[in-house]
Parts: sequence; structure tokens; C-alpha cells
Amino acid sequence: MIAAGASSEFEGARASLAGPSDYLALLKPRVMSLVVFTSLAAMIAAPGTIHPVIGIIALLCVAVGAGASGALNQWYDADIDAIMLRTRTRPVPSGLISRQAALEFGSTLSLFSVLAMGFLVGYVPAILLASTIAFYVFVYTMWLKRLTVHNIVIGGAAGALPPVIGWAAVSGNAFDPAAWSLFLLIFLWTPPHFWALALAGSEDYARAKVPMLPVVKGSRVTRNQILFYSVVMAASAVLPYALGYFGPVYGSVAALLSVAFVGFAVVLWRADASGERKHALQMFAFSIFYLFALFTALAVERLIGMSPLAS
Amino acid sequence: MELTPEEKRKLSQRNWAVAIMLLVFVALVFVVTVVKLGGNVAQHSL
Repeated sequence: MIAAGASSEFEGARASLAGPSDYLALLKPRVMSLVVFTSLAAMIAAPGTIHPVIGIIALLCVAVGAGASGALNQWYDADIDAIMLRTRTRPVPSGLISRQAALEFGSTLSLFSVLAMGFLVGYVPAILLASTIAFYVFVYTMWLKRLTVHNIVIGGAAGALPPVIGWAAVSGNAFDPAAWSLFLLIFLWTPPHFWALALAGSEDYARAKVPMLPVVKGSRVTRNQILFYSVVMAASAVLPYALGYFGPVYGSVAALLSVAFVGFAVVLWRADASGERKHALQMFAFSIFYLFALFTALAVERLIGMSPLAS
Repeated sequence: MELTPEEKRKLSQRNWAVAIMLLVFVALVFVVTVVKLGGNVAQHSL
């Protein structure tokens, strides 16, 4: 015998109009692409070799794990996403996919990606992938995001781990300082990247009561912090070259683009109220290009045999 | 409960997506087995 509540729930599930593309959207494919790319570049740059098939599977596991984190984030943050203009058309707040389905989808894919990484690639990258998913879901999404203005500073560690996963998949070494220098770069890149976006859409975050820095501390403090983190990030970007981890191709691209990055931060820092949104969006767009360019340089340098790690 | 044509279409799409993903996974496991086993068998003296 089926209870009344279960029956209506069953009917609701049957009437789902979600297609495969809606489930793909649940995986946040744009975020996934940056994660996969940084992991791929680190795999190419890492010392050692990996069979191409195993390498592709490692990347698939990273992609699915990152997507699963995104799905779990949308399960937990459905209330916030429904309020914010930027996110209210996502599959869960728009009603296409139920919260329960998002939770099941994200949990299954998380488990699946970690197990596949462990059995098919290696236990070291699998442990790192599991730590990344757990950190993003439990530490960032469930704990920090609604609690503190430092949410994305600390939470940025989850987005910074994929290159270490890729590195470990090839070298088997989870503690290589060169890999962790890439972690540091993305970790310090995350605050100016997200605060530039938050500055452009601070009303959205305020409406959802998410304590992003511009909402809590205002525009002036946020722009000071963006400039501070940009300078520290620029130093961390050239550090791996100075320490001899990476070669002149990476070093020159990192130096040139880091100067430009700080330049964008200075322009935003000096902007008046009318130009703030425009310069914040420019900075956000450049920050994405910056990370792609640095990791491209890293991979190209290894492929043309100019990396110190190649010898 | 009778599904509407649109619900039937979406359900069919989801079923196909799951089927394709399962087939891809089976193919991946097969290829990895060949890759990992192949190297060991080639190095194994008879």
C-alpha cells in the first residue's frame, strides 16, 4: 500500500520535464572546463609519463568529480540560487530538477568519480579528488559560504587542488613543491577573481544574504583587498620560475600577464562609482584569460622540451 | 498515470543518456583492462 504523500511524490517524479542537458547544466560545465584544463596542463607539465588512455580517464574523473561538487552545491544552495538573478534559471530553482534528484545525482557521481580514479588511475589522485569534493561541499558550501566574508578565500582551496590531482596522476607524488606552487597560484587568484564578479553583482548577493566582501565591507575595502591579493598572486605566479620549477616560457608569460593583472586591479582600485561595474567585469574576464594563459604556457613549455622538469 | 507526449520524450531522452553513459563506462573499463593487462602480459616470459 502506498501512502498519500509517497504517491504524490511518485507522480511528481514521473512528471519531470528535465532532459539530459538540464542534468549537464547541474554539473556547471563552465567551471568544470577551467578545472579540467588546469588539471590537464599540470598532467602535461608533471615529471613522468602516463598512458594516454589512463590520462584521459584521470581527466574524466576530475571533470565528473568537479561536476558532482557543482550538483551538490546546487542541491544545498537551492534557496540562495532561487533569489539571485544570476542563478535563478538553474535547473533546481527553476523546478526542472528536484533538490532530492540533485542530491542523488551529485552523491552518485562523487562516489563514482573517486572510485573510478582509485581503481583505474591510482589511489593518490583518488584521495586528492575525494578531499577536493569534500572540501568544496562540506567546508565551502555548507559551512563558510553563509558564515564569513572569507568564504571564497578559504573555499578557493577546492578549486586550487585539480592541478595537484593531475600532477599526482602522472608522478604519483602528492607532495611535489612544484605542484603545490600551482595550488598556491590558483588559491591566491580566486579572491580577486570572485570579488570582481561580486563587486559587479553585489545587489544580487545582498538580496540572498550571502556575506560576500562587497556586501559586508563595501566597495572600497573590496577593491583594496582585490589589489592586495593581486600583488601577492603576481609574486606567487613568478615564484615557480624563480625557484627553478618551471622554465622561461612559463616565467615570461607569468611575469607579463601578472603585471597586466595588477594593472587591471589598479584601474579598478582607482575607478569612480560610475565606472566600477565596468572595470570589475573587465577584471573578472581578464582573470579567466590569465589562468588559461599561464597553464597553457606551462603545458607548451613541457611539450617543446623547455621545461626544467623534462630533463 | 498517463504521461504527456513531452514527458514521454524527456523520459526517453534521459533513458538514452543513461544507456550511453553505461556503455561508455563499460568501454572504458575494457580499454583500461587491455592497457594495464597488455603491458604486463607482453613483459611476462613464457
